[in-house]
Amino acid sequence: MEKQFLVAGFGGQGVLLIGQLIAKAAMRQGYEVSWMPAYGPEMRGGEANCAVVVSDEPIGSPLVSEPPVLVAMNKPSLVKFMPKMPKGGVLLYNATLIDGVELRTDIKVIPVHCNEIADQLQNARTSNMVMLGAIREATDVVTQENLIETLRDWLGEKKAAMLDINKQAIIEGEKVVKG
Amino acid sequence: MKKLMKGNEAIAEAAIQAGCRFFFGYPITPQNQIPEYMSKRMPQVGGCFLQSESEVAAINMVFGAGGAGARVMTSSSSPGISLKQEGISYIVGAEVPCVIVNMVRGGPGLGGIQPAQSDYYQATRGGGHGDYHMCVLAPSSVQEAVTLTQDAFDIADRYRNPVMIMGDGLIGQMMEPVDLDEASNRKPAPDLQEKKWAATGHVPTEDAPRAVINSLYIDPQVLENHCKHLQEKYDAIEAAECRWQEEQVEDAELVIVAYGTTSRIVRSAMRKCRALGIKVGMIRPITLWPFPEAAIRATIPTAEKYLCVEMSMGQMVDDVRLAVNGERPVEFYGRTGGMVPTVNEIVGKIKELTGYSEDILSQAGKLFNDAVNAVGAAFGDIGKKIDETVKSPEFAQKTETLKKQAEDTAAKAADGIAKGADALATGLNKAIDALKKQFDNNDKGGEQ
Repeated sequence: MEKQFLVAGFGGQGVLLIGQLIAKAAMRQGYEVSWMPAYGPEMRGGEANCAVVVSDEPIGSPLVSEPPVLVAMNKPSLVKFMPKMPKGGVLLYNATLIDGVELRTDIKVIPVHCNEIADQLQNARTSNMVMLGAIREATDVVTQENLIETLRDWLGEKKAAMLDINKQAIIEGEKVVKG
Repeated sequence: MKKLMKGNEAIAEAAIQAGCRFFFGYPITPQNQIPEYMSKRMPQVGGCFLQSESEVAAINMVFGAGGAGARVMTSSSSPGISLKQEGISYIVGAEVPCVIVNMVRGGPGLGGIQPAQSDYYQATRGGGHGDYHMCVLAPSSVQEAVTLTQDAFDIADRYRNPVMIMGDGLIGQMMEPVDLDEASNRKPAPDLQEKKWAATGHVPTEDAPRAVINSLYIDPQVLENHCKHLQEKYDAIEAAECRWQEEQVEDAELVIVAYGTTSRIVRSAMRKCRALGIKVGMIRPITLWPFPEAAIRATIPTAEKYLCVEMSMGQMVDDVRLAVNGERPVEFYGRTGGMVPTVNEIVGKIKELTGYSEDILSQAGKLFNDAVNAVGAAFGDIGKKIDETVKSPEFAQKTETLKKQAEDTAAKAADGIAKGADALATGLNKAIDALKKQFDNNDKGGEQ
């Protein structure tokens, strides 16, 4: 088993964190993992993406040049990486920020209204967690329980109060995929 | 317990666990997590972190701390490493141990901030002026970066010479699970002597005379003797410290040589090619200097060709060519300037060099040949067995055995023929399918 993800967006959207939490949760579940970021010199607003590989054997290339699972948080990322996906790949995209792009018909497409759902939860900063929940449900890369536990570890004691709202966002994201 | 860590952070922690208590550096991407981590951790272990005014200052601080006998490290990336070269040459001349990390980025000049391997020449040929070498270690995973960083301090102390950790930017930025249990509180290697040569302000004794840390030798004869002494150390390093990893080279017709992250991408490409039946293997140098020349030479009898893959315009390929010494062709594939080769690019190059054909008709032809050979071999077997049996003096007495042997041979022959026929059928079916597809496509073309 080897699963490859490419999570892309602009700096500040939390795309690197989405990837890190997938990698950490998969590591907790006993898989081999790698997380590889790519970003420009900007603090915010530049292009940012990360490649995550989860496998049950030692990982060869940590890079993902033809993403079987693409997560696009903004339009430039979708336009840039969708053509590189193999047939039958899974595309999850942030439907709040992306429209007017002709989507491929030979891949599975899952629109997720990340920012709208986050706004409904009254915490705009959870939009990446909505997407994380959708990724988990669509790919089953890790269990929900494990992902929440990983999030609990990551938040630590200082930010423990943030766990509930982020957990809620993950669950809402999962619902989008379940339909 | 495993922890998800960036290569840069893991290298910094490994250094601290190996007893490094001094770090001097100046910021540059993509190695900034090393000084960042050191700035937090050094005060916790009673060490010294200092962000210097320049790379030149940092390397000279390393010179000082190393000269006083401390385990000391600096890190930078390509343009910064160029700035440190004068200091490195002085440190070598004065025989001071230290560890230097280079997370290589694209050059020349300020270049870019994305990963590269284009400092290979600089690292393996010394880099600064004068007759010298540094031991250069090239990790290909975060866990290996931990081991090599700790080993680097031992090697540096053993030979009183700087050791370089050369990562390719990706190694520094990538996060992977790391087990630090073994690395924590690592003791210096048991063969290491007390540093009686160090300038610690001690009162000179016969055992530890007055220490002078110096690289200036005005008398040419004295300098030549010094260089000969350094050369003896390099010979000893070449004999004892060379490291490499071999993967599936035993039956490989094409042997790839690659290091660092590039070797990981090559490994993925190899898996794909092995699944297609292509006999490809890899030698991954772990020490870039000393270069694992003997390991490469050992594969010459079985290898038909070599391919060197690098994130440069072709630097290590020179060392592969020197090792192979004209006995086999040595090809090169590289991307540079921060571009990283993809698995499919390397697969394409492997197919090209091994003459692998995607053409189904030619594959069917090959299968047909195999089938004919199998049938031929089976019949040859029967003839040989009968021949042997007739010539045997016990021929008359062993009719029973003969009967059994004949039955066995016949069964084998039948099996061989069946296998041949199967292969033939599969091949022909594939060929027919391919032809059908072609006709279908032609039809479609006609409609349009």
